[in-house]
Amino acid sequence: MDIIYTLWLRSMKRYLRSKSRIVGSLGMPFFFLLALGFGLNEVVQIPGSTGENYLQFLVPGIIAMAVLFTSVFSGIMIIWDKQFGFLKETLVAPVSRLEIMLGQTAGGATTAVIQGALILVLSLFIGLGIPTVQGFLIAFLFMTLIGICFAAFGIAIASKMEDMHGFQLIMNFVIFPIFGLSGALFPIASLPEWVIPLTLVNPLTYGVEGIRYGLLGTSAIPPLVCLAALGASTVVMIVVGAFLFRKASV
Amino acid sequence: MVESKNMAAVLVDGLTKRFGDFTAVDAISFEIKEGEIFGLLGPNGAGKTTAISMLSTLLEPTSGRALLNGIDIQNDQDGVRKAIGIVFQDQSLDEELTAWENMDFHGRLYRIPKVIREARIGEMLRLVELEDRQDSLVKTFSGGMRRRLEIARGLLHEPSVLFLDEPTLGLDPQTRNHLWEYIRNLNRRKGITIILTTHYMDEADRLCNRVAIIDRGRIVAMDTPANLKNRVGEDVVSITSPDADRIAGGITAPWILGAEQYDGQVIIRLQSAEDHLLELLRIIGGEGYTIRSISIRKPTLEDAFLHYTGREMRQEEAGAVDRMRMMMPRRN
Repeated sequence: MDIIYTLWLRSMKRYLRSKSRIVGSLGMPFFFLLALGFGLNEVVQIPGSTGENYLQFLVPGIIAMAVLFTSVFSGIMIIWDKQFGFLKETLVAPVSRLEIMLGQTAGGATTAVIQGALILVLSLFIGLGIPTVQGFLIAFLFMTLIGICFAAFGIAIASKMEDMHGFQLIMNFVIFPIFGLSGALFPIASLPEWVIPLTLVNPLTYGVEGIRYGLLGTSAIPPLVCLAALGASTVVMIVVGAFLFRKASV
Repeated sequence: MVESKNMAAVLVDGLTKRFGDFTAVDAISFEIKEGEIFGLLGPNGAGKTTAISMLSTLLEPTSGRALLNGIDIQNDQDGVRKAIGIVFQDQSLDEELTAWENMDFHGRLYRIPKVIREARIGEMLRLVELEDRQDSLVKTFSGGMRRRLEIARGLLHEPSVLFLDEPTLGLDPQTRNHLWEYIRNLNRRKGITIILTTHYMDEADRLCNRVAIIDRGRIVAMDTPANLKNRVGEDVVSITSPDADRIAGGITAPWILGAEQYDGQVIIRLQSAEDHLLELLRIIGGEGYTIRSISIRKPTLEDAFLHYTGREMRQEEAGAVDRMRMMMPRRN
């Protein structure tokens, strides 16, 4: 446990020190929120809506987006450690690979949840109604699960990558599709029928719907189903990430 | 396990590493006594770093066996890891953390209790004279400071064997001298066994009690630096002269092993220069050639390397691993 804490502590120190990274990675989700939210608010009518407007519908999706990108990025950061040699320092220490992987995941998930929370707070100022305490807690639970799930996913990817060259590829062909096919920007039901199975195997879909349930009280998928599906995906990702990281060489 | 006072700190037996068809380390064997400074000397790509990686459990050997303080590197990885400290060839510090934080991270990874950890970090930072910079971010450090910090970090958990992989690579001469001083002091004061790899001849010569010359994955010679040099058996006399080419072309004697002319200089290889110098001058003077200056050079480890491998070290091509490393972005 203290090893996981040690790695987590390092992630936190680095995160808090890189002010530009905090602000920088808030930029994209925030502008998505502003552009789409305000731009489409008047135009879009959510089918079967229970009173929320498009901006409010969008907020959980954008929070999920912030958590997704930050967590995947934190996981992939292991490649930087590899390139700048720091990974050797941890790998040659008398600790298990699993502890290192879990520590890195914990650190990545925490920074991701903080980024998501910052978007959540910003959203309160632009029209998201203040949810109940319970709703907040539910939203945070789902944000945490997304964070852990995709930080582990990032580590799994990083374990298979030699250097940062593939980063753009991963971002454009893996992470963006995951985001796009998650119901973050539009209701899943409005997608063509053949795409819907894709969204249903996407763990992020359950995260978005879970956060939506917490903040707005409605969701396209029952919250308990979301919790079960996302929880199971998270466990799978940790197992896969730990397995691949164990095999990774420096 | 029977612990004996005279147990070898490191015992390597037939250690081999193959990457596909390429044999990086080819059945090397050696034994290092406790408190010794042992050098692995060889050109880039000779297999030094691969050997160190295996001994420090970062790489699985293809075959062979190695014991560190009697602990098998394959059966008890954590046991070995606790017993060794290592300074890698490439920097392995977190630049976004301070010197103290890098040390603290290391101390926590090695599960050193807080009170001891903090006392020892202070002590180690004083040892490498970085205590007044302990709260500065590592990215503000110079190359020499980083190296010293890495050495301090490698010593934090009080290892009995310290690995230094090319410890002075890329440092300026003054810093190198300084570091050598540290390394010698460490060895003397703490009795730590030190294994260092280097491709600097003078480094191996000045620091090591014993040196193994490693070439293309094999140990071709192993002895004290003095013995390695003596076994070369030839000295070098360099003469600067306007008649250099004629001297080189015409000079013969039973004890002269060869003569070459290079840029107005004659390089004569011969047996025991002290005994034959006068005779040599008599031969050259007798022909009426002018001598501007003359110098005698005893063999260096560079000559020893040439002797044992048939090749000059600096002409060595970079090995596969180094070529890869060169392609990667480097920060210094």
